[in-house]
Amino acid sequence: MERPLSRARLGRWIATACLLPLLGGCNMVVLDPAGDVAQQQGNLVVVSTLLMLIIIVPVMALTGWFAWKYRAANTQATYKPDWDHSTQLELLIWAVPLLIIICLGAVTWVGTHLLDPYRPLARTAPGQPVGAEVEPLEVQVVALDWKWLFIYPEQGVATVNELAVPEGRPLRFRISSSSVMNSFYVPAMAGQIYAMPGMETKLHAVFNETGNYEGFSANYSGAGFSNMRFAVRSMTAEGFERWAAKTRTAQATLDRAAYLKLERPSEKVPVRRFASVETGLFDRIVNLCAEPGKMCMHDMMAIDARGGMGRAGLYNVRQLSYDKFAARGTGDTASDRYIAENCTNPELLGASLARIEDRVIDLATLTGAGLARPGGPAFRTRSNTPKPAELSQAGNMDPAS
Amino acid sequence: MSSATTTIAAGSEAPVYYEIDEHPHPEGHSTLLGFWIYLMSDCLIFAILFACYAVLGGNLAAGPGPKDLFDLNLIALNTAMLLFSSITYGFAMIAMQNKNLRHTQMWLAVTGLFGAAFLAIELYEFSHLIHIGATPQRSAFLSAFFTLVGTHGLHVTFGLVWLVTLIVQLGRHGLNPANQRRVACLSLFWHFLDVIWIGVFTFVYLMGML
Amino acid sequence: MTANAVVSTSAAEPSLLLGKLSWNSLPHDPIVLSTMVVVIIGGIGLFALVTRYKLWGYLWKEWFTTVDHKKIGIMYMILGLVMFLRGFADAIMMRLQQVMAFGGSEGYLNSHHYDQIFTAHGVIMIFFVAMPFITGLMNYVVPLQIGARDVSFPFLNNFSFWMTTSGAVLTMASLFVGEFAATGWLAYPPLSGISYSPSVGVDYYIWALQIAGVGTTLSGINLIVTILKMRAPGMGLMKMPIFTWTSLCANILIVASFPVLTAVLALLTLDRYVGTNFFTNDFGGSSMMYVNLIWIWGHPEVYILILPLFGVFSEVTSTFSGKKLFGYTSMVYATVVITILSYVVWLHHFFTMGSGASVNSFFGITTMVISIPTGAKLFNWLFTMYRGRIRYELPMMWTVAFMLTFTIGGMTGVLLAVPPADFVLHNSLFLIAHFHNVIIGGVLFGIFAAINYWWPKAFGFKLNQFWGKVSFWCWVPGFWVAFAPLYVLGLMGVTRRMRVFDDPSLQIWFAIAAVGAFMIAAGIAAMLIQFAVSIWKREELAETTGDPWNGRTLEWATSSPPADYNFAFTPRIHALDAWYDMKAAGVEHPADGYKDIHMPSNTGAGIILAGISTVCGFALVWHIWWLAGASFATLIATAIIHTFNYKRDFHIPAAEVAATEAKRARLLASAGA
Repeated sequence: MERPLSRARLGRWIATACLLPLLGGCNMVVLDPAGDVAQQQGNLVVVSTLLMLIIIVPVMALTGWFAWKYRAANTQATYKPDWDHSTQLELLIWAVPLLIIICLGAVTWVGTHLLDPYRPLARTAPGQPVGAEVEPLEVQVVALDWKWLFIYPEQGVATVNELAVPEGRPLRFRISSSSVMNSFYVPAMAGQIYAMPGMETKLHAVFNETGNYEGFSANYSGAGFSNMRFAVRSMTAEGFERWAAKTRTAQATLDRAAYLKLERPSEKVPVRRFASVETGLFDRIVNLCAEPGKMCMHDMMAIDARGGMGRAGLYNVRQLSYDKFAARGTGDTASDRYIAENCTNPELLGASLARIEDRVIDLATLTGAGLARPGGPAFRTRSNTPKPAELSQAGNMDPAS
Repeated sequence: MSSATTTIAAGSEAPVYYEIDEHPHPEGHSTLLGFWIYLMSDCLIFAILFACYAVLGGNLAAGPGPKDLFDLNLIALNTAMLLFSSITYGFAMIAMQNKNLRHTQMWLAVTGLFGAAFLAIELYEFSHLIHIGATPQRSAFLSAFFTLVGTHGLHVTFGLVWLVTLIVQLGRHGLNPANQRRVACLSLFWHFLDVIWIGVFTFVYLMGML
Repeated sequence: MTANAVVSTSAAEPSLLLGKLSWNSLPHDPIVLSTMVVVIIGGIGLFALVTRYKLWGYLWKEWFTTVDHKKIGIMYMILGLVMFLRGFADAIMMRLQQVMAFGGSEGYLNSHHYDQIFTAHGVIMIFFVAMPFITGLMNYVVPLQIGARDVSFPFLNNFSFWMTTSGAVLTMASLFVGEFAATGWLAYPPLSGISYSPSVGVDYYIWALQIAGVGTTLSGINLIVTILKMRAPGMGLMKMPIFTWTSLCANILIVASFPVLTAVLALLTLDRYVGTNFFTNDFGGSSMMYVNLIWIWGHPEVYILILPLFGVFSEVTSTFSGKKLFGYTSMVYATVVITILSYVVWLHHFFTMGSGASVNSFFGITTMVISIPTGAKLFNWLFTMYRGRIRYELPMMWTVAFMLTFTIGGMTGVLLAVPPADFVLHNSLFLIAHFHNVIIGGVLFGIFAAINYWWPKAFGFKLNQFWGKVSFWCWVPGFWVAFAPLYVLGLMGVTRRMRVFDDPSLQIWFAIAAVGAFMIAAGIAAMLIQFAVSIWKREELAETTGDPWNGRTLEWATSSPPADYNFAFTPRIHALDAWYDMKAAGVEHPADGYKDIHMPSNTGAGIILAGISTVCGFALVWHIWWLAGASFATLIATAIIHTFNYKRDFHIPAAEVAATEAKRARLLASAGA
């Protein structure tokens, strides 16, 4: 497609210059990507470099010139052994870098805010603002050991090691990891962002061209890291719909049991597609409670925010152990999974919840009358969280929407 | 050529380029500065542990919090022990200034006793917590708590070992300059631990119970 | 396929006697096994040679137990050189793997080995090559430059060196007994936690760095106190040589940052050994805290490495241009500003963690601000050359190469400080190229300049020029051939620590990089030959004046090599370039009136304590609890026993000083004649 921006051309030009020595051997995807976000980032690389060359080129030229001119053999050159100060020069050598850094700092400040990966896209291409009515396509990304899981809540499907997206539509990625730190990076689309266990990071991006690209983890994550690659397929809107429809006819479905199997370490995993995904799976992954009987992190944090569960909480250890002593999925921990439901032991839970309710009342008196009591109902909803018996059924699929 | 003239004599107009007299750098003349710098680096370790406690102190992992675990009366007693030990160390320093070996040793011993009492109370607190199940493994809060307080306790233990060694060394060699320097260094160390404990007491215990 | 090929020691039930150690811990792989055999044979050979020539007593008395800062400095340099060869072997292995593993080929290294190699390469090059090199330089040069007889705490100096060596020994042991960490050189959790790295690799990493860290911190304290307290009379702070200034700042950074590393590694240790939850995924741990803390140490560390070399370049430029250093005052301020700013930039190592745009911009801009004083320094060197008479001896050649190389590295560094640019270049080979550009182009070139510059001072003869030039012309173009392709690959979106590749169009670039690596290998070989030839022909290259380069600072005022006491008479300083000033004033060294000189005695306590620490570290790595306990108790007991030794000094009699000085005067006279 047409990119009127001259900086983009510049990027291309530099990429072309690089082509000269090794014809065809050099595809500088960072400077010449297929997505508007990566293009702006690539342009920033070029602009910053040019800004710095303003000072780098003279410095290098001067180095060469002085090194040659004032060589000992050249007795014609002036020699002033005691000259060691010049206020004007000192002023100049501090001021010029300062000015350039001020310019670069301004570019940085603006660029960092405009290209903040958490910020929803304002445009999909130069001169093409995103309308208020445009809903980005949400893709939930999970870095597993050592492959990538993509969940499409809108389409109700999921894939492994294949990211298919419609061209021209803003994309919103919600990113997490199942075990260790990874980095989600599709150079042709946008810059990377870490994928971290127990946390969710976000990335907004768009593809402006259709085609096949590559994505990978850009942060070392263990033995299978090198093959942690995934295919990225940017399609037309219709093509994407066809792809989603076809994926919905796949054999496999992704419920929690299937996820726990998928999560086990494996390498060079071929593309897999799932026709449906259990509702709320991604949230459970982010909250480290995909396994039945595990307390979700948001619940834990909510309890913590209210002062914990007191000494009663000393006995609910099992359902909080995520991967403390062995990486999840590497050993047979099935026998551990369903025991130690002490926290859901009604008596204990009741006691601790009562404590929490007490605390909440205390809090309310602190925060002042008339304000809504924080949290009270939230805790009552905790008792609605599925009991292990319900979870093991794990049949509540989200049909394709 | 080297035998011709020596350096321009001191006292004449011309500047002196070589010091003819040996300027004795007495051994250990910079020990206190070095020890200060060491203490600052140690302080940085505590700063990191405090920072960890600040970050992780709220992560109870649905377990008990400070209010469920700490006993302020015990901690007050504990703090008193350490503060007293600092005062008695001060007396030891005064005795040393007065060149009174016996009193120096006695006050150091008293300091050691207070320090040991502090440690004993801390160990009691730890064993109690571990006994009821509030172990360092239970939550990030407890990890940070045990590590911060435990590191301080380890320093006190190390201080006690040093103290005992020093009392023996004083007995053997008296108040010679080396021993005086060592007593002064340990004094810095001991008061430093006191200051750190004030931080622990305020930041961990008092603010935790608020 | 390799995911489960981890050494089985982790699975085996630990025994009471040997902990996790068993026959399985020894290598089975042919490459490692043959390396081990070679090392063992070499070790036996060396041992036999030393025994044959009855050198043990000499080594023990004159070197291992020495408290002489000059000998300790030289030992640091040897340690750095030995470990450099190991670290470079790792580099060559990585280059070969990456050029081979294309088109379905797995290369010749499985991930179990490859991942250890890139981790070991980083750890060794930073902790056991760059750090010993700069500590060695500072140790050797600083006391001489400030007119002191030794450092403030000579025993501590010896102890620091042996602790650093102890860490290096543990790292090397991991090659043959068990394995090293496979986590990347900063061992980010949760990957480095017990769940994802259950074997001993990370434990080796932790204890090696902790033990070496003790040495580094103590040597930092030692040098700060030395610089603050031991300067010759008249040397105010603004009359200190610039290398001493940069050393002071580097050591302040050491003391103010290594405790952070100690603390954060201790927390990781607790997570692994005790089961605490600082950086775990569950029970409220936060692995992001580790990343923050380790970079709060890690970024100042970068400046610890480069600052002393900035000092070296300043000394070299000024000496070989035959000119005063341009803008000494602004140079000092620039150094101090860099020292302070290096603490407020750490987050630029992980812009991609998802901090807000304002946080990222703040750290990006502070990073760029550091380039202002750095740029000012570069201009100062330029204007020192301006209107000078530049003699292109080897140190000056390395300096010019540095100026041209480092400028590019600095530029790409500022580029990476722009957060959106970092999003596309973070963790890429562009980043790898950048930091090798500054570390090789800055630190290593600086060390080569320094070695060529101060070698005559240390040994009394110059280094061979021819082989030095061969080395130079292999190294400098070799560096660019090896790393320019990595810049290109980074722009092609290739990430670091990859073991195998799909895209065949990348291979040519890796091939070029491998060629560059072999050019560097030739450079290293030439440098070793240079040392050997120079030692062989030391009579021809002898340097008797003590001042071969027409130097400007005090170290050139003494003989080469300097006597144990450095200066028979303490110099009094009147001007910035003290020795230049003395030469200009025509000052002659007094020929009599020597006094007894008070000196520290040698002691074996340092090497013994460090040896016990090595045992303790090894026992902790392998969970041999009885040995760990016993060695720790011995360590404390030995330290206490050492404190009962009150006789730590002696006097060199005036007659001996007079004899030494007279000999030197004769030499000088014959050289002058």
